[in-house]
Amino acid sequence: MATTTLPPTDRIWEWLSQVPDPEIPVISLTDLGIIRDVQWQGDTLVVTVTPTYSGCPATSIINLDIETALRSHGIEKLELKRQLAPAWTTDWITPEGREKLRAYGIAPPVDGTAADGVLAGRVSRLMGNNLTIQCPRCGSTHTQKVSQFGSTPCKASYRCTDCLEPFDYFKCI
Amino acid sequence: MPSLPDMTTPNLTALAGQALADSGHVAVPAPDAGQPEFVEFLQRMGDNCLILGHRVSEWCGHAPALEEDIALANQALDLIGQCQLWLGLAADIEGKGRDADALAYLRDAGAFRNLLLVELPNGDFGVTLMRQFLFDAFHIEMLRALKASSDPRVAEIAAKAEKEVAYHLERSADLVIRLGDGTDESRARMQAALTKLWSYTGEMFLDDAVDQAMSDARIAPLPSSLQAAWEKTVAAVLDEATLAAPTGAWQHKGGKKGIHTEHLGYILAEMQFLQRAYPGAKW
Repeated sequence: MATTTLPPTDRIWEWLSQVPDPEIPVISLTDLGIIRDVQWQGDTLVVTVTPTYSGCPATSIINLDIETALRSHGIEKLELKRQLAPAWTTDWITPEGREKLRAYGIAPPVDGTAADGVLAGRVSRLMGNNLTIQCPRCGSTHTQKVSQFGSTPCKASYRCTDCLEPFDYFKCI
Repeated sequence: MPSLPDMTTPNLTALAGQALADSGHVAVPAPDAGQPEFVEFLQRMGDNCLILGHRVSEWCGHAPALEEDIALANQALDLIGQCQLWLGLAADIEGKGRDADALAYLRDAGAFRNLLLVELPNGDFGVTLMRQFLFDAFHIEMLRALKASSDPRVAEIAAKAEKEVAYHLERSADLVIRLGDGTDESRARMQAALTKLWSYTGEMFLDDAVDQAMSDARIAPLPSSLQAAWEKTVAAVLDEATLAAPTGAWQHKGGKKGIHTEHLGYILAEMQFLQRAYPGAKW
């Protein structure tokens, strides 16, 4: 029986770090923090992925992209597992990922500011004590929320009142 | 888990070896069959998300402003995503070989278990927003309670959905306040929406035998136990919105048992058309 050497998992992590997110192609799947685990079970590679939002239409494309990338590196037996818990949080977006988002024109999430459905939080935001979102174009903190939901469920729409640039904010979840 | 070994097998040594090997499989979950109340409960959760998600998606391309259009479409997407998780689990537990798509596209109105509130027509933007707020305030309390479910699959779906619904509630509460405490026109429309929808809110908190069985198994809370928290949220927002809820109004019910308004059939006619006309169609 021919023995083949299975590539080590850190090599696989490296390959996955080159797979772009289909919606925001400047960041990779590992930047986004959605690859939860990579391990060999016998000669089968098991990659565990967690969805960002329940209804994110990119989920099936992401699985397809992972499969295509790993197959192109010669992985034959592959299993993709969906894992819901712990639920994905924007806290898992890497520092490099945040920098890439900013350079691309999307304000990165401000940790610890996820919606909690508590009215006190909302009221203080209405009064203008809003969390400060920096304009990714000019760096000004004079920005306004236009809508809680932006071009995708994971983003909100903002505008900069200094340079007037409209931009997306990757909201905290 | 391997199928049961043949009892008449002549090779007893191999059988014993097999039994020994299988004894390590302590993690095999108990069979889920025979839990009709659990399936029923999951369909209620999934159908609320599906029907409201479909209703909200009807605004796509028609909302009063581009930002609102996008926000509504995104909320619809969240809800339909949550529906896939709930109905997927319902189908697994039911164990009849159906999946989430089969439940969504191949059941008739009488088999749907959503609240009447979520199937009501969109009306104007005020009715849509008020319906969303009244439901979101209930939905978040339900999900918070389900995070402590004795069934880990339910708890993890709830934990995921709760994060999304927190944004829905913040948005709908914010808009109810801004439009209620807004112009004469917007205030009148929000008050009319509240008056129209109020008699559909009582059904959210009615307990029945399914709810009791779920509560006894610690899978889900009794809906009545969520009412106080819902009332607190709603009262605070309506107060700030300068709107008044009707008092002592008669309450509609039936959706949880499959007795629906005539509106549900029209939703299904549109939503299910493709799978009914071209069974098994895929792309």
